Amino acid sequence: MKLSSGTLRLIIPAVSLALLLAAVFYMQPRAMSYTGLNLLFNLAVPIALATVAQMLIMAVNDLDLSMGTFVSFCACVTATFLQASPAMGVLIFLGAIAAYAAMGMIIHVRELPSIVVTLGMSFFWGGLAVLMLPSPGGEAPGWVRWLMTSKPPFVPMAIVASVVIAAVTHFLIMRSSFGVLIRGVGGNFRSVERAGWSVIRIRAATYALAALFAVLSGIALVGLTTSADANIALRYTLLSIAGVILGGGEFVGGRVSPIGAVIGALTLALAGSFLSFMRISPDWQIGAQGAILIVVLALRLFLNRLERREKIQ
Amino acid sequence: MTFGAVKALDGVDLTIHAGECVGLVGHNGAGKSTIVNVINGSLTPHAGTVSYGGNAGQHGISVARANGIRCVFQELSLCPNLTVSENVRIMHGDLKGWNWRSRALALIKAQLKEIFPGHNIDCDSTIDDLSIAERQMVEIAISFAGIGQRPKLIILDEPTSSLDAGLAAQLMAYVRRFVAEGGSVLLISHILGEILSTSDRIVVMKDGRVVADRMAFEFNSRSLVEAMGSVVREREWQRSTAMKAGSPVLSMSPRRGHGLAFEAYRGEIVGLAGLGGHGQTEALLELYLSRNSNWWAARRRETAFVAGDRSLNGAFALWSILKNLSITSLGELSSRGMIDRGREDRLGEDWKKRIEIRTPDMQNRILSLSGGNQQKVLFARALATAAGIVLMDDPMRGVDVGTKQEVYEILRTEATSGRTFVWYSTEMDEIRLCDRVYVFREGAIVAELVGDDITEKHILAASFSEGKAA
Repeated sequence: MKLSSGTLRLIIPAVSLALLLAAVFYMQPRAMSYTGLNLLFNLAVPIALATVAQMLIMAVNDLDLSMGTFVSFCACVTATFLQASPAMGVLIFLGAIAAYAAMGMIIHVRELPSIVVTLGMSFFWGGLAVLMLPSPGGEAPGWVRWLMTSKPPFVPMAIVASVVIAAVTHFLIMRSSFGVLIRGVGGNFRSVERAGWSVIRIRAATYALAALFAVLSGIALVGLTTSADANIALRYTLLSIAGVILGGGEFVGGRVSPIGAVIGALTLALAGSFLSFMRISPDWQIGAQGAILIVVLALRLFLNRLERREKIQ
Repeated sequence: MTFGAVKALDGVDLTIHAGECVGLVGHNGAGKSTIVNVINGSLTPHAGTVSYGGNAGQHGISVARANGIRCVFQELSLCPNLTVSENVRIMHGDLKGWNWRSRALALIKAQLKEIFPGHNIDCDSTIDDLSIAERQMVEIAISFAGIGQRPKLIILDEPTSSLDAGLAAQLMAYVRRFVAEGGSVLLISHILGEILSTSDRIVVMKDGRVVADRMAFEFNSRSLVEAMGSVVREREWQRSTAMKAGSPVLSMSPRRGHGLAFEAYRGEIVGLAGLGGHGQTEALLELYLSRNSNWWAARRRETAFVAGDRSLNGAFALWSILKNLSITSLGELSSRGMIDRGREDRLGEDWKKRIEIRTPDMQNRILSLSGGNQQKVLFARALATAAGIVLMDDPMRGVDVGTKQEVYEILRTEATSGRTFVWYSTEMDEIRLCDRVYVFREGAIVAELVGDDITEKHILAASFSEGKAA
């Protein structure tokens, strides 16, 4: 059977997640339960949402270095304004999404490198978050708490949420016309332009959509942690980029995979637990996590090379 | 229409009627691509007007598209990460609503079958997985396809540059049918036979002006070339006689376990012929890597490579012309790890004169040059090195006749002074210039032709023998 390059792209992340999961179950059989799975993947939900947001930005050949601070900012808004006066909170979120859309436009019109613009914006979001919550605190709105801790029958919430996120974003990015345009801009924006589309509008919409997912990520995070902190999600910038790449995405060329991105986020979350189960001291964990990343990426390179060799023959 | 200091179009008057195929020819930098961009709305003229179907005034990409103008560009312009049908969706904005995927698929399948009967392109695969010829076929088919209303004017800019003779003939036959049904085509090509046989009317451009606009039957290939301003050289080359002297400088065992072995001797021009995409490029890459490790570049390189696909692996788009030219000779230009600016400038000026790069300043960005001039810079890049062997991967794609003649002359002198050239070309005229020719079929060398045996007839016979056209 001939596999399309898209399917091939998904195999590696799926296999690595399965292997990691098998290893965790082998070491800690009790994790193989409803509660165990929920605990393992709980924190993966906000990471998955942030990864999807990052993936959208990467689909148009940009990179968002403010993802971590922006999610922290959204978490702070959720724990303060959204909880105290929901209307005000929603308004702030809408404003933040508009700011992202404007950022996309500026990057496009002025042909600025997205890395520089988003790096600058990261200080802006971080500052706003500190202004709102100078010290850790706040409280999760009741409905968010309820949503994130609800217990659907048979399958834990963390898994249900991941599947829903993967399905929705797959439809949005891979199947819908809008998704085709987003990836088209990443692949060859001049040809999209020549076909009569407004690339600036597509970029703005992509950035706005990414902001929406980042906002959801912040809300989900507060739902799990019950309170927020201005530095709560700083790791998310690099985690989200790693998740996209782990899931088969590429930095340029509009080659992304939403299902892969969600799987990548799950793998990253699981890698942390796996290393704890291995009783590796926290001092070494970051390095070990990096090693896992390198192994997976090496596998993918190897597979790409095989694929290319097959094509030649 | 002016670009910086260069005037690209100057008082051009062009009318295209319904139901006619207009051929547009001219040198590199004559303004053909510029006029295409003015017609399709990407560029707004500084003076003068463009009118579609009689109504002037509005201008822009969407206006042009609304008036049924479609364009197939010289450099391939599909999104490589998307599937064929997704590319159809991007090119056809009115393919909206549910189930657009299957409609797009049906549309492109029907159109491909109509233009290139017998093709075997999988329309579900991504563009990345297609060969360069297949990509061009898909792009052409997408442009000719129409939902509801058919396109009125199709601009084909070098549509056959990556297609082999059979596919090109299919396309030209389709163009005639399209025109007979009332559509119009603006055909730009460097293959004069194509222009002469397909167009109703031929417009010749030179230095941003129209110099001739006559019916096609009033031209023949000689008068056409004369109108473009270059002199036809009918004479054959004096092939170097001292062939196969000494031991080969470059050799390769038979490919794919069968066929002939490859050998090249000092001072030879060896041609790689055959239909497009039959393993010539791979052979060149293998030859290159056999002399230069993939991991560790050799200090003194014996081989230089001229790439055919300049946007993909030739030009550094953000660099100046000079930097693009000197990149491979930096070792010779620098002392103690520092580049000697003066020597670099001298090298640039020298080559600018030798191959006539049309630019006011070598410090301009490489993209300010026309396609053919960019290719000349890539040529100079290889020739400026001390390398004794130059490998060329169809380097003359989209280069005009005059430039080609200049480059041929340079090749010949360089070969006499002892350099070896290995030249893959899809054009018969170029292959005929070689001292010796290897014909490729399905990845292996199937024939070796020497001297006067190098004729179109022999090459075609070798490319197609065993009765199986690929």
